[in-house]
Amino acid sequence: MSAAEPTRRDFLFVATGAVGAVGAATTLIPLIAQMNPDASTIAAGAPIEVDLAPIQEGQIIKVFWRGKPIYISHRTKKEIDEAQSVPLSDLPDPQADKDRVKPGHDQWLVVIGICTHLGCIPLAHQGNYDGWFCPCHGSQYDSSGRIRQGPAPANLPLPPYAFLSDSKIQIG
Amino acid sequence: MSGSSSDKTHRPSGLHTWPHSLKRADDGTPYVPPAYEPQNAMLRWLEDRLPIIGLAYSAGVSYPTPRNLNYWWTFGGILTFMLVVQIVTGVVLVMHYTPEASMAFDSIEHMTRDLSYGWLLRYLHSNGASMFFLAVYIHMFRGMYYGSYKSPREVLWILGVIIYLVMMATGFMGYVLPWGQMSYWAATVITNLFSAIPVVGDPIVTWLWGGYSVGNPTLQRFFSLHYLLPFVIAGVVVLHIWALHVVGQNNPAGIDPQTDKDTVPFTPHATIKDTFFIALFSILYAWFVFEIPNFLGHADNYIPANPAETPSHIVPEWYYLPFYAILRSIPNKLIGVIALFGSIGILVFLPWLDTSRVKSATYRPLYKQFFWLFVITCVLLGWLGSKPPEGGYVIMSRLLTAWYFIHFIIVLPLLGLIEKPKPLPSSISEAVLKGRKAAAAVVLMLAVGAAGLLGAPQPAAAQEHEQPPPPRNTWTFAGPFGKFDRGQLQRGFKVYHDVCQTCHSLALLSFRNLGQEGGPEFSEAEVAAIAAEYKVKDGPNDQGEMFERPGRPADHFPPPFANPQAASFALSAKAPPDMSVLAKARQYERGFPWFVIDIFLPYQELGVDYMVALLKGYAPKPADMTMPAGMQYNVAFPGHVIGMPPPLSDGRVDYTDGAPQTVDQYAKDIAAFLMWAAEPSLEARKRTGFQVLIFLLILSGLLYFSKKKVWAAVH
Repeated sequence: MSAAEPTRRDFLFVATGAVGAVGAATTLIPLIAQMNPDASTIAAGAPIEVDLAPIQEGQIIKVFWRGKPIYISHRTKKEIDEAQSVPLSDLPDPQADKDRVKPGHDQWLVVIGICTHLGCIPLAHQGNYDGWFCPCHGSQYDSSGRIRQGPAPANLPLPPYAFLSDSKIQIG
Repeated sequence: MSGSSSDKTHRPSGLHTWPHSLKRADDGTPYVPPAYEPQNAMLRWLEDRLPIIGLAYSAGVSYPTPRNLNYWWTFGGILTFMLVVQIVTGVVLVMHYTPEASMAFDSIEHMTRDLSYGWLLRYLHSNGASMFFLAVYIHMFRGMYYGSYKSPREVLWILGVIIYLVMMATGFMGYVLPWGQMSYWAATVITNLFSAIPVVGDPIVTWLWGGYSVGNPTLQRFFSLHYLLPFVIAGVVVLHIWALHVVGQNNPAGIDPQTDKDTVPFTPHATIKDTFFIALFSILYAWFVFEIPNFLGHADNYIPANPAETPSHIVPEWYYLPFYAILRSIPNKLIGVIALFGSIGILVFLPWLDTSRVKSATYRPLYKQFFWLFVITCVLLGWLGSKPPEGGYVIMSRLLTAWYFIHFIIVLPLLGLIEKPKPLPSSISEAVLKGRKAAAAVVLMLAVGAAGLLGAPQPAAAQEHEQPPPPRNTWTFAGPFGKFDRGQLQRGFKVYHDVCQTCHSLALLSFRNLGQEGGPEFSEAEVAAIAAEYKVKDGPNDQGEMFERPGRPADHFPPPFANPQAASFALSAKAPPDMSVLAKARQYERGFPWFVIDIFLPYQELGVDYMVALLKGYAPKPADMTMPAGMQYNVAFPGHVIGMPPPLSDGRVDYTDGAPQTVDQYAKDIAAFLMWAAEPSLEARKRTGFQVLIFLLILSGLLYFSKKKVWAAVH
């Protein structure tokens, strides 16, 4: 096609090609969209409620929300003190313990139990920091779920949750 | 390969030797299509190591095609397009389908309901199979009309027959995967064909099934093969196209191009013409997908497979009907099976059965008539394949089956000897100038193509003929712009809630569906309140026990009975069917020519019309009829004897919106609700369909004018 002197024929071919290309691109939408979570998966990801009453001090339980393990830790006095007293400068991903728990609920730590390195599930009550130890590549988290040692770059993330009462939370 | 030894000119690729007889029009020297010239050093570097661009260029750009190819030659391109569509949509569907007997049916319903565009992908694939076969039949008849199988194209033809055979196997196995009643019984009937083989027949069938009847092992191996075979087809298609490029395309005149003036380069001429026709074909395809997606299917396949009960009238998909008629026309099992396979196998020998040296029917006055007779025979056999095997149908089937074979074995060999062909044009250019008499034949072939679809909906059984056709109702959701009436859906749900759910489950629906767009559109709070009314089984809890809790929007409607046996026992009757897809699982026979007209109207509300007729069809039994205990007389029900007592009575359900509280209104409301339950994406489908059709019309228009421009210099 001569770019210098566009003719009516060129315009027709360009228009046809352009409309065809738009059609081809639009065809990709359903092919791509079908890989997203479907309506039933989204509906099943609705918030869940967890009763905290049966969890003893020092105990960590694991619940599932949206297919992810959520650790709920009923921390001991010692664990809380450790978490609050460590200087932020010692932390690879500095974050104060008070920013990782709900106000007035210092004894409850709720974290997503997925190692921020490559997605394995860290083991509770293991490692050198009264927290979690990831068996895959040796990352260690403290009693506030913060990364202390190993290849993981960030603290264990917090799921969205809220206290419905002192002994009941809603995750999601 | 058949390159000529006298020709010393360099050939760009060993693949393309066919124009060895082609001369340049100006000086009579051999014509060599232009070869690919790499435009820069990098392309040259690649070309010296892997001449793949050169291959694509000489096969798809400079390749000379006869200039007189008519539109029937575009079906090769259409078939390639359909193969790609089927493979792409198929690969995507497999991401959501579960090939397990207890889950297959539900997994398909799940993807249709919950997946983004799941309904579109599924309907593209199921209707794509029909479009694929429609195109292949036109392609095959075109080859027969113009003698495209004759020397030197025998291998090309045989490869085509192999593709067709593998297509049939693939289509059949794909039809089994939804694991509905038709799937199950098609698998049973077709695998039982092999039991006709003497001595080893039964062990072979057991081996095919992987059990003592069609079951989960059968489904799983069919699934595996259904995924494999399309790639086998793609492989044979490569051979088919390779062979085509070796011997060159036939053309409507049936004579070889002599000079380069008889040909045009494949690109842009054939490319734009094929693309134009693919766009036109897509309009037809889109019409089926978006407006009448279940027209070519069978209502019975929306009933989950039930090994205990055969549907009263089983028929294969429309594209197998002629062969099914041949099978049934022969009263001996083994010979019937041999005739079935023979009717396809005989196509392999077509190049040698046709003894005439003239290729195109245009110049064969007698053959032309016998060709159309053969086409009509195939269409009629297809129609007979959809009819019950009784009375006059059987006699007709036998006559036509006999003619099918006589055409190949007696007519074709004899015609070559006795027919006096018309004088052939001296060149393709001369043939082109003689004008376009083919137009009439084209129209006729189109009619045949449409008629090929005639065998489609075969819902009713022979004994159902006595039912009066249900009266047609006005539905807001009918037609290309149809939408559900929200109020009607909400009232329909109330009827289900207050009446039907005592006995009928609605297992495929979740409470959240009641709030989704395009449905009854209850508010979030209303959905939560409805869900909370139901007790849903959950668990196990920490003590390992199942427990009941109030329903949540994400839960499915709990069934009224634990299982069909419990339902049957509690009601002392047949277990009531699940209602989720009932509106698509019920139909009535429309008969000719209505079901053809239904394509264009489009009328798709057979299920809901039937339901309304059934709900209003209770009447005192005729005096001469004996009614089994506990059964009711119903005008609309097949056989008139129904177990369900009249469910509705005036005033039974309280409406709050002022709609009349009559059986008539209840019946229409519940039918509309069940239509939505069966097809929750109906509104999205029609809306998308309108956009797609408009787009395709614009694209086709542009392609038409582009094609005219490209071909202007040639004509």
